[in-house]
This record gives sequence, C-alpha cells and structure tokens, in this order.
Amino acid sequence: MEMMIQQLINGLFLGSIYALLALGYTMVYGIIKLINFAHGEVYMIGSFIGYFLINQWQLGFFPALFISMIASAALGVTIEFLAYRPLRNSTRISALITAIGVSYFLQNIMIFFFSADVRPFPQAIARKTYSIGFIEVSNIQLLILAISLTLMILLQLIVKKTRMGKAMRAVSVDADAARLMGINVNRTISFTFALGSALAAAGGMLIGLYYNSIDPSMGVVPGLKSFVAAVLGGIGIIPGAALGGFVIGLIETTATALGFSDYKDALVYAILIIILLVRPAGILGKNIKEKV
Amino acid sequence: MKKNIRYNLIWLALAAIVYFGLFAAYNGGMINLFSDAIIVNIGINIILAVGLNLIIGFSGQFSLGHAGFMAIGAYAGAILSANNPTFGGFLSGLLVGMLVSGFVALVVGIPTLRLKGDYLAIATLGVAEIIRILLINLRGLTNGPAGIFGLPQFSNWQIVFIFAFLSILVVSNFIHSGPGRATLAVREDEIAAESMGVNTTKYKVIAFVMGAVLASIAGTLYASYQQSVFPKDYGFMKSIDVLIIVVFGGLGSTTGAVVSAVVLGILNMYLQGFSDLRMIIYALALIIIMIFKPSGLLGTWEFSVKRLIDKFSKKGDDKDASIRS
Amino acid sequence: MPLLEVKSLTKNFGGLAAVSHVDLHLDHNELVGLIGPNGAGKTTLFNLLTGVYEPSEGDVLLEEQGTPMRLNGKKPYKIADLGLSRTFQNIRLFKDLTVMDNVLIAMNSKHNEGLLTSILRLPRFYKNEEKMREKVLDLLRIFGLDSKSQTLAKNLPYGEQRRLEIVRALATEPKILFLDEPAAGMNPQETADLTKLIYQIQKDFQLTILLIEHDMSLVMEVCERIYVLEYGQVIAHGQPDEIKNDPRVIEAYLGGEI
Repeated sequence: MEMMIQQLINGLFLGSIYALLALGYTMVYGIIKLINFAHGEVYMIGSFIGYFLINQWQLGFFPALFISMIASAALGVTIEFLAYRPLRNSTRISALITAIGVSYFLQNIMIFFFSADVRPFPQAIARKTYSIGFIEVSNIQLLILAISLTLMILLQLIVKKTRMGKAMRAVSVDADAARLMGINVNRTISFTFALGSALAAAGGMLIGLYYNSIDPSMGVVPGLKSFVAAVLGGIGIIPGAALGGFVIGLIETTATALGFSDYKDALVYAILIIILLVRPAGILGKNIKEKV
Repeated sequence: MKKNIRYNLIWLALAAIVYFGLFAAYNGGMINLFSDAIIVNIGINIILAVGLNLIIGFSGQFSLGHAGFMAIGAYAGAILSANNPTFGGFLSGLLVGMLVSGFVALVVGIPTLRLKGDYLAIATLGVAEIIRILLINLRGLTNGPAGIFGLPQFSNWQIVFIFAFLSILVVSNFIHSGPGRATLAVREDEIAAESMGVNTTKYKVIAFVMGAVLASIAGTLYASYQQSVFPKDYGFMKSIDVLIIVVFGGLGSTTGAVVSAVVLGILNMYLQGFSDLRMIIYALALIIIMIFKPSGLLGTWEFSVKRLIDKFSKKGDDKDASIRS
Repeated sequence: MPLLEVKSLTKNFGGLAAVSHVDLHLDHNELVGLIGPNGAGKTTLFNLLTGVYEPSEGDVLLEEQGTPMRLNGKKPYKIADLGLSRTFQNIRLFKDLTVMDNVLIAMNSKHNEGLLTSILRLPRFYKNEEKMREKVLDLLRIFGLDSKSQTLAKNLPYGEQRRLEIVRALATEPKILFLDEPAAGMNPQETADLTKLIYQIQKDFQLTILLIEHDMSLVMEVCERIYVLEYGQVIAHGQPDEIKNDPRVIEAYLGGEI
C-alpha cells in the first residue's frame, strides 16, 4: 500500500517531465500539424548543453538551465527554418519523414562527436531526502515539480495574455486567415518552436539531474511517450498536454508498482493505439468531421 | 497472350543472368566472407524494401512498424531452428513466421488502418515496439534480451536470391492487376475509390499483410544468416533503415526499392568503418530528398520489360496502357 | 415503385442541419435535376445517398428486385456495388494514374480477377485483363478520350477531366448516376456537347440520372423533373416550367432570371 502511494508520488514527478515535453509536441502539432519527431532530441541536447555548462564552466544549475533553455530555443527555431519550413506545403508524410530525418541527424551527430556512452550528469544540487510520514521525496523531485509547474503556468500566461500568444492560437485555427489579419505567421511558428524547445531543454536538464545520467539516445523513448501523452490529453490543446503528461507518468509508475515494469513501455504504446481508435480527439478534445 | 509469355520469359532471363553472374563470381573465388555478407544483406533488404514500398508507396499507408514483423519472422525461425536444427526446421520456422506475421498484421491492421497519416505512423511504431517488448519478455520462449544464438545457418546467397526474386515478382504481379490498381486508387483518393466500388479497408489490409509477411521472410533469412537473434536489432532503428531505402528509391516504385537496396548496400560496404558518419549522411540525405524531390530519387518510375520491347518494336497498342508512362 | 426513394432525410453536423427532412424519389430511366443556391446542401445530399455520410434521420430506399432495400449506414463501396455511382463537384480523379487505369479501377468489383489469380498470372487473368481493357476503350470512345488512354489523369485538360469522371462512374455499370455539376467551368459550346452526351448515355445505358447543376440552360432543357433545395430543405418540386415560375424559387435565387 505504501509502495503504491510512493509510486504515485513518483508518477507525479515523472509526469511533470513528460508534461514539459508533451507541451512542445502539442503546440507544434497545433500550429503546423506536424509530429516533431526531433523534439526528443532537443530534450537530449538541452541536457547535454547543461552538462557542459556545469562541468566545463562551473556554472550553477539555474544559470545553466536558463542558458540551455535559450540555446535550445534557438536550436528549435533553426530546425524549423531549415527543415520544416521548406515543407510547409508538402504532404504530411513528407514532413513526417523529414522530422524523422532531423531526429536521426541530431542523434547521430551527438553520437559522432560525443560517443554513444552514458555520461554522468553532475550533481549540481546536493540531494536531500525528506520524509513525510512513510512517503519519501527528494529535494530534486520537488524541484522538478516546482520548475515544471512554474514553466507551465508561464506558458499558459504567454499563450493567454500576450499578443504573440494570441497569434499562436490564431495560426493554429486558420493560418491563412491569421495571415490576412496581419499576423506574421512565420514568426509566430518560430516562436512556438522556441517555446516548445525551451521547455524540452528544461525537461532534459531536470531528468539529467534526477537520474545523474545522459546519453545521445535518451530522447527517443521519452519523446515517444510524451507524444502519447499529448495525444491522450488532446493534441493541440495545451492543458491537455499537461494533463496527459501527468496521466502517463502515473500510469507508468503504477504499472511498476504492480509489478509490470517490464511492460510499462508497451502499456504506454497500447494506450496510444486505443486512444487513437476510440477517442482520437483525446480527453479534452473535440471531434471534427472532414467535409467532402 | 503470346506477348505476355514473351515478357515473362524475358524477366526470367534477366533473373537468370544475375543468378549465374553471382554463381560465377562465387565459384571463381571472387567472393569472400565480407562480400558474401554484403550480397546476402542486399537481398534481405530488397525483400524488406519491396514489402515496405508496397505498404507506403503503393497503398499510401505510412507504416513505421516493419521491424516488428521482421522480428516475428526472425524469432519464429530461430526458435524452430534451435529445436530442430535441420533444413526442415528452418523451413517450418519460415512458414510459422509468415503465418504469425500475417495474422498479427491482419488483426492489428483492420482497426489501425482507419487512421491517417502521422497518426497511423505512430500507431504502427507503437505496434512494432509492443511486439518487440513482448518478445523480450517471453523469456522462456525467446531467452529475453540476451537473444538466441548458435543457430544453424541455412540462409545463403542462393536462398536469399530466390526469395528476393519471388518478392519482386509477387509484388509486381500484384500491382499490375485489378487488386493492385484498386490499391493504388486507395492511395490516390480514398473517397473516390470507395465511391467507385473499392473496399478501401480490404485493400489497405491486404497490402499491409503482404508487406508484413515479406518482412517476416526477411527476418527469418536474416536470423539464419547471422545465426543469432537479438531483440535490439529489431527496434525502431530497423524500421527507419528500411524507410530510408524506400524513400531514396522512390515511394511507389518497386524498381526504385531494388536499385536503392543494391546501391545503399554497396555504399555501406565502403562506409563500413564510419557507421556513425553513415547515419548522419543518410539522415541529411533523407531531409534533402524530402525538400527537393519528395517522391524519392526514382519517383514512381518503374522498369518495364513491356515498354522496353515496345520502344524497340514500335507496336504497343493503347490497350496495353499501364500503370505508369 | 420508384427506383430510389428518399424519406425525410436529415443530416446534422453539430447544431447545423445541412439537409433537413428531404423527400425525393427517382423513377426508372428518369433524368431529374437538383438545383439550389450555393450551400443549399445539394452535394451533402449526394454524399448521403452514396454512403459517404450516414443520415441522422430518415431513409434512403433502393428498389432491389421488387423490394425496397434500406441503404442507410451501408459503406460507399457497397452502395456503389448496388448500382449507385457519382461524379464529384471538385474533380476527384486518380491523378497519378492513367486514364485507362482510372476507368479500370471502377470496373474492379464487377469484373476483377481474384488476388491469387492475379499474382499467379493464370491464363484467366490475361483473358480478363484483355476483356476489361476492350470495354474501357469502348467507353472512352463514346467520350472521345480513347486516344488518351495512356495519359496521366492529371495531365488532361479540364474539360476532359470532367468527362473522364463521368466515364469512370459509368464503368461501375450503375443503375443510378449522380452527376455533381458536370458542366462547371465549361463554355457554352462544351456545355451543349455535354448536354447531348448526357441524353445519349441515358438512352444507351438505360440510366436514371440525378443532376446537380447551376447552368440553368442545361437543367431546364434535359430534366424531366426538378427539385429545388434551399438551406437543406426542398422548397419546390415539379416540371421545369412550373419551377421557372415558382415565386419561392425565384426568391431563393435572389430575384435572378431563370
């Protein structure tokens, strides 16, 4: 019983990382209807940037986090500009294949320059464990939760209260109409990628700090699972991504608690298939029919 | 009718030329272990690429799950070969793999192929991963992540050649026929196809199952050649490898898939020492092809004995107007 | 008994009733028109009758060997098999396939060889292919497209693309043909040619035709009866002369001359 509750708590922390990643997927999909396969790699590169900033330049965790987020935002914008923008008017399959190409490119560039080995992420913040009754949480876990929630709230504010946020929402609904209303669609899309990538980088650094290890392939599986989370919550819907992230995190740790940890990945994929078949709009989504 | 027999004989003749060319090379001592591996892998990749091209290029369904079906074939072959290390054991493994793959593709395909575009891609990726995770965890049967090794080697270049030839033949015959055209119609415009009497679900599933069975055959042959099966070899990476071959060759061209498999296989031989660089180059090439020639290098161009003969005899009537001009 | 009977057919999209309680019938060998302002629901009605959409309420009944068969909820390919075929308002040809292939595909369900016969290339396969291709050429000849059988559909000029869609629909050997704005984008000469063609194929193929058109000269000339749709409802129904003078129809077209 206590193990169950402990795992549920763990699920919250894991879920907040998935939520950070899922937000990037959902924003990009909402605005250009593309599954950004390379998103997991931005998460990975974010953690590597943090790794080098802390190790080579002895930066503290928070300054490194800040810089990594900005650098990754720039990376995201560059990827969009070079690889996705030329395919804005192509078929979805072409764009998807390109995204897969970018993902593989980034992974293998990192492997080429930094080897595929797992590296220890520096313990930039000393680990302390707190006990609340029978529940154990570490300060790192609380930090993850705090930073994730803060970022999500910030994101929600940007989207709801700023002009750029309004532009993002407009372009998601109808890019042509938005363009006619004077919105710079290209800039809006770049901004979306920047936001999503920054969040992904934050996720990467937090995970690095938590597990004390990073490697060039670390983005693949979390990337996929976060996409499932985004779909589960309702693709294109920002609160949906957050919700989906937490749900997937909880499902994973619950499965582990129940003894199915070997199958936890398969479970997440199975959830994806079921959701797509039964309720593709996701938990918070609405159904739209195609006009013939 | 006589014309058709002529075309078929020319096909067989071409295949025979390649076969005897290889035969001579082998007997003349020109092939060492290394080049043998390249040739066999090219053959296996042909089977994989032709199958994936059928699913993605011809029926228009973006499946990223090819590796899952390859894994089924590999494990079926390995398990049955391990228990019965004779040629019969190998063949039964091949057959069981085909049946299981086909069945799984049917069961998974019918609901999943209702999805479109990127959703279908992710769903099929998920299916392949589920298959792989299940295989890893049925430790009693599959020896878990450690894999199975010490298998007898029944695949050699001749067997692979025969199956490669058969897969090309089957897929070509399929696409140049009524059911094949219906499949292409599904790719072109599903709603129009349905309105013209085509059961789109049926043809999507047929293509998917055929592709899965071909992937399974490739898997069995691969495992037998490598004399081992490791689950990590059949992950998403493998599906991407085959996707790269198909995209380079041309989505919707069997010829393209074959040429691409051969060219990339030979290229891999020269890039052996630089495997990471190789992936970087391929990934970049994938992006560049998508930006500049999204239909792939050969597009939907198909090598056709018919057209070749017609060009030389200036005869062909309108009746023989075929899939691609 | 009418060949096709539609009773109180309704289709709701969310809160909007695109088609609302439509009653309609088609008798054997009739040429019937369906007109109405843009957005009236004409194409939606076609989609309902051919199975692309499922009705929210009401019935679509096809006379099949003396008894009415309910078509609601049947998949489009089954409805096509039962003898209902159509063209599309925005041309939906198989663009990257040849003219010949486009029509061959429509012959698929009635004349196809099986999967095994095709893959094994049994002699039956070759004979059947030969037969089908002859039939396609015969059909193409009627529409003057036989010389272009090897051309890719996307490379045909607009008018020929529209004609090809009709050929393709005919190849399914339908009892009822739904034509959705076949004359759209055609000049008067092309429209006149098309009019003659429609008469001819109706006679030669014993067809029942339901025609959506905006070109009133075409509609008034060929249609025996006309239904007028506005906001998803039938506001008038009758012979061309009656419709021409119906005040509700004139108003629906905003005082336009018919």
